[in-house]
Order: sequence, then structure tokens, then C-alpha cells
Amino acid sequence: MSFPWAKEYKPSHPFMKWMDDRLPLPRLVYNAVGSGYEVPRNLNYFWNFGFLAGLCLVLQIVTGIVMAMHYASNTAVAFDTIEMTVRDVNWGWLMRYAHANGASAFFVVIYIHIFRGFYYGSYKAPREMVWLLGVVIFLLMMATAFMGYVLPWGQMSFWGAKVITGLFSAIPLVGEPLQQWLLGGFAPDNAALNRFFSLHYLLPFVILGVVILHIWALHIPGSSNPTGVEVKSESDTVPFYPYYVAKDGWAIGVFAFLYCLMVFFFPNALGHPDNYIPANPMSTPAHIVPEWYFWPFYAILRAFTQDFFFIPAKLMGVLAMFGAILVWFFLPWLDKSPVRSGSYRPMYKKFFWFGLIPAMAVLFYCGGAPAEEPYVMFSQIAALYYFAHFLIVLPIVSAIEKPLPLPYSITESVLGEDEAAKLAPSA
Amino acid sequence: MAEVDGVRRRDFINIAAVSAAGVAGVGVVIPLVSQMSASADVLAASSTEVDISSIQPGQAIKAIFRKQPVFVRNLTPKEIKEANAVDVSTLRDPQTLEERTKEGKENWLITMGVCTHLGCVPLGAGDGENRGEFGGYFCPCHGSSYDTAARIRKGPAPKNLEVPEYEFTSDTVVKIG
Repeated sequence: MSFPWAKEYKPSHPFMKWMDDRLPLPRLVYNAVGSGYEVPRNLNYFWNFGFLAGLCLVLQIVTGIVMAMHYASNTAVAFDTIEMTVRDVNWGWLMRYAHANGASAFFVVIYIHIFRGFYYGSYKAPREMVWLLGVVIFLLMMATAFMGYVLPWGQMSFWGAKVITGLFSAIPLVGEPLQQWLLGGFAPDNAALNRFFSLHYLLPFVILGVVILHIWALHIPGSSNPTGVEVKSESDTVPFYPYYVAKDGWAIGVFAFLYCLMVFFFPNALGHPDNYIPANPMSTPAHIVPEWYFWPFYAILRAFTQDFFFIPAKLMGVLAMFGAILVWFFLPWLDKSPVRSGSYRPMYKKFFWFGLIPAMAVLFYCGGAPAEEPYVMFSQIAALYYFAHFLIVLPIVSAIEKPLPLPYSITESVLGEDEAAKLAPSA
Repeated sequence: MAEVDGVRRRDFINIAAVSAAGVAGVGVVIPLVSQMSASADVLAASSTEVDISSIQPGQAIKAIFRKQPVFVRNLTPKEIKEANAVDVSTLRDPQTLEERTKEGKENWLITMGVCTHLGCVPLGAGDGENRGEFGGYFCPCHGSSYDTAARIRKGPAPKNLEVPEYEFTSDTVVKIG
């Protein structure tokens, strides 16, 4: 679907006409990311992060394929092949650091993209499916990133794999057999390393597939916008090409600058020094931490230190950690407010800036800190708010809140009261 | 025989075809799922012999069993006394020291060196390592403390350190697994 005023693809060259009748791929591209896709004219910079996320995926696939050309997924040599890639392979250092920091860049972009969705209510009807597919992509990203971190087979790789697969042993009855099945042994070893490599290569292409569904679902109603008011007339939109292609190009420039700064000047700043020690199953590092992008969820895992009625603390922690993301699947139905954008929701806005954001910040910090007081207590308070925000605050706020008056149209929000826009027949 | 008791020949073919496809589907899934389980070579490497003759009272060593650490510890009389002084009913995973050792060999505490929380290797088997506030083992990852019978006393771990199957093949050799 698109708006009636969207430009139609009209091939002029005879070859393109021939092609359009047989495989209308150029038409698909034209309607998806070309002049045929009409986009609200008032998007702010937070709307650049979807495009940047796509760029990160491409970047990871390209550098990842290169890394796989030099890597061997065998516990005897895996660590050395990574070091060999960095030291001996032409430009290998660049590929390795581009890939490792690319994962971090991907998560920075995706977290901003997700929180954009939270603030502007991008998950609301008619875009629930866009949101649900996005959560699926995020889960796939986490699985892919986790398995990728295991591949260099350093100390953090090994113990990360052991702790994360250990989560499954918390499941009653089937837990331990399940963990052994996942690992193909009693502890992470060659079998686990090989299957992680296989899946780490596969999952990005699964992500790519879900991204296509995500964009497809988005293009049914069209992009949302900072006012949350739906498109009413032609004056509300501009074509994706050239307007947003140019704006996304600018975003690439800013992103590339920051990314290159990390890759070339601080390539190991986000890594952990212990991962430069080859894996040793006999000795646990004193302080096991996952990569920074898992810290909020790791903090929730560790926040449960007491048995909860008949549920052991360990299982509780695991359920809470997965629950922290699964709750996002219910978001479109927990937040019942008909107003999308947080800009017009005074109460919601306060809970977002002074509730959800600080809680996430605390969980981030505590997830990277040692498992001791006062960090455990801080994680507990922040985790409590985190769940309360979605399960209690949002339903209540959306029921009692009095939203601010919305602009009549996107055009009005941009140009002020415009009689012509007001009188224009709605499409 | 177009129709017998309301059952058409075509119904029979439909049910038979879908059933056969279902059975074939299960038959395809079984090997695909099963190949991920521990392979024969992994299972074969599942017993270990340990010479304990040089372990002095109060000392412990780390051995390897199924590619995981095993703690073999020679308890001092004081440690045995401490372990037996605990009221078992107050424990999270109630077990006595006798239940966790072999008869007549109560000073030999043999357990997996794998924390029952998330699988880290607890400290306490090496010289000078932190043994936690109960004098047994201490897991640095999430702060679980085990006592001198390697029973969980404090922290998030749900179970005592696992006692693997083992037997004394002589007074100085233990076969684990």
C-alpha cells in the first residue's frame, strides 16, 4: 500500500521496460526506498537509526565473511587463528576490529532505535507487527552476538558460554539434559565451538530475512513521525528519494566518523582484557562480565538472590532476564493510550525520562559491576521499576492521563495554522 | 467400492498420505536433533584416575573429569567436626558429610569443581585461595559460599557441589566416573 499521490515507477529505457514486465525488481526498490515511497516531512534525527541499523547489518555480514575466511572453529587453534588474522593477514587487524566494534555500533544504534519506539509510541496500531518483528530481530541479534563472542575462545568467551548455557540448567527437569544437548558435551568444548560458528554464520541471514519483513510491515501504513499524527494529505509527505536518502547520507557520515574513531583509536576499549587469555576450563576469571550491550539484562539476572516461594533464585533470575525482553511483545496492548507520541503525553513523558531511562541506566551500570553490594540492591530497585513501568505504570497512565491537544496535521505542526492544509480534502 | 459406510476411498488416501508424511517428518527430525547431543568420543572420555597419596590434610587438588574440574580434598579433623556440627535441617540442600563421602574415608571430600549456580570454578582448592566464610569453597562469580562438606550455605547457588560417582581402587588411587 502507499498513498495515492505517491509517484509511480515509469521505466523509460527499453531494457528497464522489458525487465519490469518480467521481474519488477527495480519497481520494488523504487517503491521501497526510492521516489515511490512517501514519508512524513517532519521526521527528526531519531528516524535515521533504522537505516543505520540496516547499514550495521551489512557491515557485519561483509566483515564477518572476511573473518570466516581466516578463522578455524577448533578449540586447539581458534584463539591463534584470530591472533594470526590480526597480525599476519593483510588488513586482518582492520577486519577484526571493524567486526568486533561493528557489533557494539550495531547495538548502540539498535538501542536508540528501540527507545525512539518507546518514546514516540511507534509500537501502536497499526504498526504492532513492525514492533513485534523488531523484537524478534533484537533477540536474534543477541543470540548472534553472544555466539560471536565465544568464537575467539578466550577466557571470557569460554566462561561466557558456560554461564549463559548454564542459564538453561535452571529449567526444572529438562534443564541439565537441555544444556548438554546445546553444548554437545558436559562443558563448552569443540562441539559447542563448531555449532556456535555454524549458527553465528547462519543467523545474520535470518536477521536479514526478518528485516525485510520488518520493512514490508512498516511500508503498509508508512513511517510514523514525531507528532504521531497520521498522514492526511500530500503536503504531509516528501518522497524518500531524494529527501531522506540525503538525510540518511548525512547520518552515515556522522556514524562513520564515530565508528572509525573507535576502530582506529580505541579498538579494544569495549572489549575485555581477559579475552586475550586463551580459554582455560580449570580457572574462572575473578570477574565474569558479558559484553556491555548485555549488561542491563545481566543485572536483572543477578538481581534475584532469594528463593521466591517455591521458585529457586536461579530460575527466577533466568525467567526475569528473558521476561525483560518478552514483555516488549505485549507493549502495544499494555499501553492503551490512543495518542502515540510522548511529546503530547505529559505524564507518560515524565515516567519515560525519570523512570524508564534512569532504571535502564542503573541496570547498565550494575550489570558491568561486580556482584556485590550496593550494586545488587541498586539492580533490584531498578529491575523492580523496569517491570513495574511496563506492567503497572503504562496501563494506569494510559487510562488516567489527559494528553495535550494534537496538531490537526503534520503540515500544521511544521508550518503552523495553515488554512489551506485544514481545508484540503483528506485522502 | 466408491463408498463404504460413508468412508470414501479418497478419505483413506488422504489420511494415509498425511500420516506417512507425518511419520517421515518425525523420522527426519530425530537425527537432526540427536546429532547435537554429546558424541561417543565425548562420552567415552568420562572416567579419570587420581593419585591421592601426596595430598596432605587440609590440602586439595584439582583433577579433570569430563573436561571439568574435580576437587579432591583431604579434610582435617577440625573441618570434619565443623561439617558435622551443622544442623542439617537448616541447609538449603540438606545432606550430611557421611552421605557425601565413602564409609571409612570421611576425610576424602571429592566433588565437582563446578558451582551449581552458573558453572564457574569456585576458589578454595588451590593454596592460599579464598575459601569463603564457611571454610569450604567460594565462587567469585556471584558470591556463593560452600562449607567444609562443599554444601551451599550462602549465595545464589541452589545445590551443594555435586559429588561424582567414584570408587577407591586402592588406598591411594580414586577412579572417578
